[in-house]
Amino acid sequence: MDELVLGGHRFTSRLVVGTGKYKDFPTMQAALQASGAQMVTVAVRRLDLEAQGESSLLHWIPKDMVLLPNTAGCYNAADAVRTCRLARELHLGGENPLVKLEVLSDPKTLLPDVEETIKAAKQLVSEGFRVLPYTNDDPVAAKKLEDAGCAAVMPLGAPIGSGLGLRNPYSLQMILDQTKVPVIVDAGVGTASDCALCMELGVSGLLVNTAISGANDPVAMARAMRLATEAGRLAYLAGRIPRKLYGSASSPLAGVIGAA
Amino acid sequence: MQAIVNGEAMELPEGLTVSTLLEHLGVRAGRVAVERNGEVVRQARHREQKLAPGDRLEIVTFVGGG
Repeated sequence: MDELVLGGHRFTSRLVVGTGKYKDFPTMQAALQASGAQMVTVAVRRLDLEAQGESSLLHWIPKDMVLLPNTAGCYNAADAVRTCRLARELHLGGENPLVKLEVLSDPKTLLPDVEETIKAAKQLVSEGFRVLPYTNDDPVAAKKLEDAGCAAVMPLGAPIGSGLGLRNPYSLQMILDQTKVPVIVDAGVGTASDCALCMELGVSGLLVNTAISGANDPVAMARAMRLATEAGRLAYLAGRIPRKLYGSASSPLAGVIGAA
Repeated sequence: MQAIVNGEAMELPEGLTVSTLLEHLGVRAGRVAVERNGEVVRQARHREQKLAPGDRLEIVTFVGGG
């Protein structure tokens, strides 16, 4: 069985999906199911004390899905660590929960602040968290995060929500060559072919939110991404042919009629 | 007494614990986590943890995110 083993969990799906920016909860739920994902990201935010009658997010997430709380919106290590501690308190999933560590540098690019991310990762690992850090596509940063004890490294394909796809496949290749823990492309996926391309390069998984929730038909896009992720994984395992500059006939060269 | 709850200054009754604060605010028992002055107050301690004037409290929950 081809499984993704991550922080003590075993997943048959390699697509992790977000729960943000859906127009309503029923659409989100249908998209989560269509994606085949077994793990979904959630954010930690102040409770709206004025609007508590609202239906809870968790009610709409299928019970068998693993929750991956994130630190989205944090701009320094201290806030990210506090957010993870609150997530652990919110989480009924035990003392060693998976967390998606995201420490941003500026609101325009949403690029990660790697220095703060590494600092937070070290602290969280020491507190027993299984840390999945969002990072840039820099092999040096990925190595530092792996050495810090992270359960995976999650380089971006492109800025969060940009839909630009995999901007730097060669850096990703270097990260894949050197990394022993799972490599998950987090951010940048725009459409299904981006999923297939990343998976064909050998990444262990993908994390997608905006490209599904922002599609005209999020449920159909979720299914497309599921299929593309599976197709890309299969192609990676199958082993592609080398690229060649010139043609190479697929039919026999001998026995062609009219030959002398 | 005065305290800051989710970033807003609030006038609260004296002698509240975390549990009675949540009741006072009408927060239904469920998935909320509470931080007092930067430290998480574990659920098991909500009944005994007393609040003090000037406390900074964060009451959080899970919302959609990526």
